[in-house]
Amino acid sequence: MPATLPADKRLKILDAAIRKQQNRPDALIAVLHKAQELFGFLDTPVLWHVARALRLPPSRVYGTATFYHLFSLKPRGEHSCVVCMGTACFVKGAQKLVDAVGDLGGITAGQTTPDGKVSLLVARCLGACGIAPAVVLDGTTVGTITPDQLTARVKEWTHGS
Amino acid sequence: MAVVTLTIDGKPVSARAGESVLAAAAEAGIRIPTLCHLDGVSEAAACRLCLVQVEGRGRLQAACVTAAAEGMVVRTQTDTLREYRKMILELLFAEGNHVCAVCVANGNCELQAAAADLGMDHVRYPYLNPVRPVDVSHAQYAVDHNRCILCTRCVRTCDEIEGAHTWDVAGRGTLSHLIADMGQPWGESATCTSCGKCVQSCPTGALFRQGSTVAEMTKDREKLGDLVLARREKKWTV
Amino acid sequence: MDHDELLRIADAERAKAKPNEIRCCTSSGCRASGSADVLKQLKASVAANGLNDTLTAVGVGCPGLCSAGPVVMSHPDGGMFGKVTAEQAKGIVAALSGGATDAQRIDPNQPFFRKQFRVVRATAGQIDPERIESYIAVGGYEGLYQALQKRPDEIVTDVTASGLRGRGGAGYPTGLKWATVEKMPPGQKYVICNGDEGDPGAFMDRSVMEDAPHQVLEGMAIAAYAVGANQGFIYVRAEYPLAIERLQAAITQATKAGLLGANIFQTPFEFKVEIRIGAGAFVCGEETALIASVQGLRGTPRPRPPYPAESGLWDRPTLINNVETFATIPAISRNGAAWFAAIGTDRSKGTKIFSLTGKVKNAGLVEVPMGTTLRAVVEELGGGTADGKAVKAVQTGGPSGGCIPASLLDTPIDYESLGKIGSIMGSGGMIVMDDTDRMPEVARFFMEFCADESCGKCVPCRVGTVQLHGLLTKLVERKATRHDLDTLVELCQLVRDTSLCGLGQSAPNPVLSTIRYFAAEYEALLQPEEFARPPRASVIPLSVV
Repeated sequence: MPATLPADKRLKILDAAIRKQQNRPDALIAVLHKAQELFGFLDTPVLWHVARALRLPPSRVYGTATFYHLFSLKPRGEHSCVVCMGTACFVKGAQKLVDAVGDLGGITAGQTTPDGKVSLLVARCLGACGIAPAVVLDGTTVGTITPDQLTARVKEWTHGS
Repeated sequence: MAVVTLTIDGKPVSARAGESVLAAAAEAGIRIPTLCHLDGVSEAAACRLCLVQVEGRGRLQAACVTAAAEGMVVRTQTDTLREYRKMILELLFAEGNHVCAVCVANGNCELQAAAADLGMDHVRYPYLNPVRPVDVSHAQYAVDHNRCILCTRCVRTCDEIEGAHTWDVAGRGTLSHLIADMGQPWGESATCTSCGKCVQSCPTGALFRQGSTVAEMTKDREKLGDLVLARREKKWTV
Repeated sequence: MDHDELLRIADAERAKAKPNEIRCCTSSGCRASGSADVLKQLKASVAANGLNDTLTAVGVGCPGLCSAGPVVMSHPDGGMFGKVTAEQAKGIVAALSGGATDAQRIDPNQPFFRKQFRVVRATAGQIDPERIESYIAVGGYEGLYQALQKRPDEIVTDVTASGLRGRGGAGYPTGLKWATVEKMPPGQKYVICNGDEGDPGAFMDRSVMEDAPHQVLEGMAIAAYAVGANQGFIYVRAEYPLAIERLQAAITQATKAGLLGANIFQTPFEFKVEIRIGAGAFVCGEETALIASVQGLRGTPRPRPPYPAESGLWDRPTLINNVETFATIPAISRNGAAWFAAIGTDRSKGTKIFSLTGKVKNAGLVEVPMGTTLRAVVEELGGGTADGKAVKAVQTGGPSGGCIPASLLDTPIDYESLGKIGSIMGSGGMIVMDDTDRMPEVARFFMEFCADESCGKCVPCRVGTVQLHGLLTKLVERKATRHDLDTLVELCQLVRDTSLCGLGQSAPNPVLSTIRYFAAEYEALLQPEEFARPPRASVIPLSVV
């Protein structure tokens, strides 16, 4: 049976966003963006909530949420390191960046370190090709970065605070 | 009703305007292989087995979604088409884990039949051997994802005929898989009506009745088309 | 809003302008290099030096030379500085009144700038993308006004006569597409702007949306009037937050000014625009997948026909054009079809923006007339490779395109010529490669991309791309035999000929084009036949066969 969500401030914000879209089923992707922004990831109870609010079959909500790469059904790390793997970044050695962070945290692309500190993700071109290779560290784009510079930044997360 | 005349494999064929080449061919006794088409539900044009050559069109056309038109010249059996169909089947066999010898649908499987018809006797590509689960949580039915070819007949049947939309596809690319509700065990689905129409629609042994053993699962796919027709006409004609 | 008011806004904005401007690029590329701080310091320095009466520091769109970012320009003297730091801001302001600066100067007359011909990016680097007045002051929305003085079918005729072809990749004649939607019976129709620029290595559309959001809106409004639509959607990929922010601001400003909404320029024409944000799916650049995504569904394509022009969004006639295509429209409306048709080649009219990246010296955005040779773009504008090595190949068209060898660099850039040599115009990515780039690895990179981005609906694309990636991996790892290479080519043909949509149909292009031009690199990786032949197992019980 559908799980229920505890009454939560974030849920109220989500409901307001859904109402703003007039509960239209075609707003599903926008609503999922909002839910992920609020909850960090798309947990099953949240998806059930969205399905009921938009009057959509649950399997359609789940199918859509899992289709798009930017939606995550699992919690992400405290910090995120997104390495661009677009063509320009690829020819400028982006794989070395992925490997460097991966080796540092003992993870591969798409994974989160066991301590939950860092998620390593790859993106399909950020459109920052003029400054390749590019990474996005906690939402801030950094261009022409070397593996050493990148691991230094990631180490600040794991050792600092 | 407007009627058009076209040529399929050199044979003059008449069809109702708007009818698909696949249907027109079938009525004229010309069989074009397909796995995702199912009478009574919408087309997906996803399996690509029914691709045919239409004179004057650069690309191969999926017969299931190509409307028959006046004067159209269609070829369904060229060397290229036969080779492509065989390759597509090989890709399917390499993608899942299809072992006929232990399958409930052995002898009553459309994938197997297509392979036999097209003379596909080996697979040129490495088997991907994915790890896929078998879900036996439903009281009457079961789904073996190893045998699923993602034709989405069950998804369309559940949505369009039963109206439950329990099934859908999750993930993408080669990680696409069939899901019930929120990707939960079928038996725990809140929307499934246990009508069993999806089981009848499945071309392989992916969806089957519990308790069926090897080669026991026969399916009555025509019934689904009849059901749709009967609903539209508001009576059973057969 | 009427025409007089538009002119008043333009006059007021021009009157307000100070004699001198110091302009700092605030687009994504320069932002990532710290341009926000640079602008802040520039503004502070202007104020600190008491220059507020004669000089303003403003944020502008991308001047194009992203590899030199953050870029700062002084106007009207045409000074240009690159890789500017916040600390250098003070010096740059001082330099305007004869002081010294240690900021690195960029020659504004170098071929990279001089050889461009800017139609779509005409105002980039000159106006503030965040203010509608700034756009109106350079003639913005004049094209919409002029269009509204004509009948819709006259505009369609103009666009047809201009020879404009879709800038999203395939090059379908824009006028023909508009005519189809226009001729559909009246009723609800839609206009969609495809801003899902997914090709890795391409960022032209991002820059147009960031630098000239109003130009995109104006183009869409003209299109909507021409085809009889009253609702528009801009589908932008979520990876472009700044583009989304600026488009949203532009929609709000245009609506407030009465340039969107009801009774535009006091005519019965009504047009509203909404933004739809993607969620990371390359396939959504395909128009039927994009429509599915706008409707909140999985972004899987459906067979065409029916084309969206006949039955698109919610089964209504829908005009879908790419960002650059819409952004070209205002100039055509203002200057006329003949003006546009005089630019470019016989069959490819106008200009095209390319994002020049990879091993090139001057990486960034260039807009050149169609028919310019690849060599001119790469060697003259791009300045060759950064370290002076020989150019080995140029990749155009992203995962749907091909690698063009250096020997064919004299090919003129137009839809047909690029097609003939096994690549495509694509959306405009142009990635320069040198002899350290191994073509089979490049091919494998693109195949991995396609396998990952395949929606999974049709069999050849879903499984074929995975098998192709496997074969390319085997090859790169020196485990493949000639037999594998043959299988690779056969499978490429299958995927190309039988896939449902453009993603699958074009996925083999990078492989086929590199085999065509760099066969020796593939041959060199092959192992003798006696090494591992693929296993052949029977899957059909003998009784059935």
